[in-house]
Amino acid sequence: MTEPHFVPKTIYVIYIAATPEKVWAALTSAEFTKQYFFGRSIELEPKVGGSFVLRMPDGRVDVQGKVVEYEPLHKLSVTWRVEWNEDMRKLPYCLVTYLIEPAGEAVRLTLTEGYQWDVPDQLLAGGRQGWPAILSSLKSLLETGKPIVVKMEPPKEMVEAIKKFG
Amino acid sequence: MNRPEFVYVTYIATTPEKLWQALTEGAFTEQYWFGTQIESTWVVGAPVNLLADGVIHDTGTVLEYAPPRRLSYTWTVQFHEVFRRERASRVTFDLERIGPEVKLTVTHDDFELGSKVLEAVSNGWPRVIASLKSLLETGRPLVLSGSEAAKGARQEAVARATANANG
Repeated sequence: MTEPHFVPKTIYVIYIAATPEKVWAALTSAEFTKQYFFGRSIELEPKVGGSFVLRMPDGRVDVQGKVVEYEPLHKLSVTWRVEWNEDMRKLPYCLVTYLIEPAGEAVRLTLTEGYQWDVPDQLLAGGRQGWPAILSSLKSLLETGKPIVVKMEPPKEMVEAIKKFG
Repeated sequence: MNRPEFVYVTYIATTPEKLWQALTEGAFTEQYWFGTQIESTWVVGAPVNLLADGVIHDTGTVLEYAPPRRLSYTWTVQFHEVFRRERASRVTFDLERIGPEVKLTVTHDDFELGSKVLEAVSNGWPRVIASLKSLLETGRPLVLSGSEAAKGARQEAVARATANANG
């Protein structure tokens, strides 16, 4: 039996005045991610099947998964499961994909969160709140040298839904 | 089923006042909106025109003008018949100061079912808002090309809408 497709549930597109090389480096190296991704450091084994971890500033694992697609300067796809919360650890993996495409003197970066199950909207709220802040900050970091630091808590609706579905 | 709408959030290192100016003044929009000038007296009920190269591409009516927090106007795409025949939709800009930044939420909604305009604006807003953010933070808007730039983007929107209509 083949695995069901990951159906895109959240898509965020942003245009960045930078080269694909710069954007790729910002997505895949911890030196960059800890500046714009709520302090998280990425640990990425750069090959299909390799491991992927997002680590919190205090050393705990926030998210982990496996590399599904690895095309430098163009596409990175990883399975994604949130680990910091016991109930979220029981949820199925989702698939997070970054796609980099040239757009004039800028690049278009497309973030997609895909699911293999009929995920309720409340569980999507965290990503829908977080990605715009993370990717806005990435754009600022690459264009101005300074990230945008927004403090936010996980959405209440999501925290409640996790208890129910986890 | 959810009502069809497009919501886009971004964070910009600027002030709500500056962002407000950027959304409502033609000399400002022309810089980041790929040559598009906005024109209105900004009185509720007044017309809104979006012009590029002296041609009106989109029109609307001011629904809400509450500086520097909320701006809303109706939206009719005029540059092609495939869009023009739809009834007006609505775009709303919410500005919220968060620390030294502004959270900008663009909500484009009130579409008719099966709207072609929804797809067109869903492709358009991320470009416009990203360029606006660049201009306010770096002094330079984005330079896009081909189907990403204003004229190409309009042609592409028409091509998609017509292909879907026939397909």
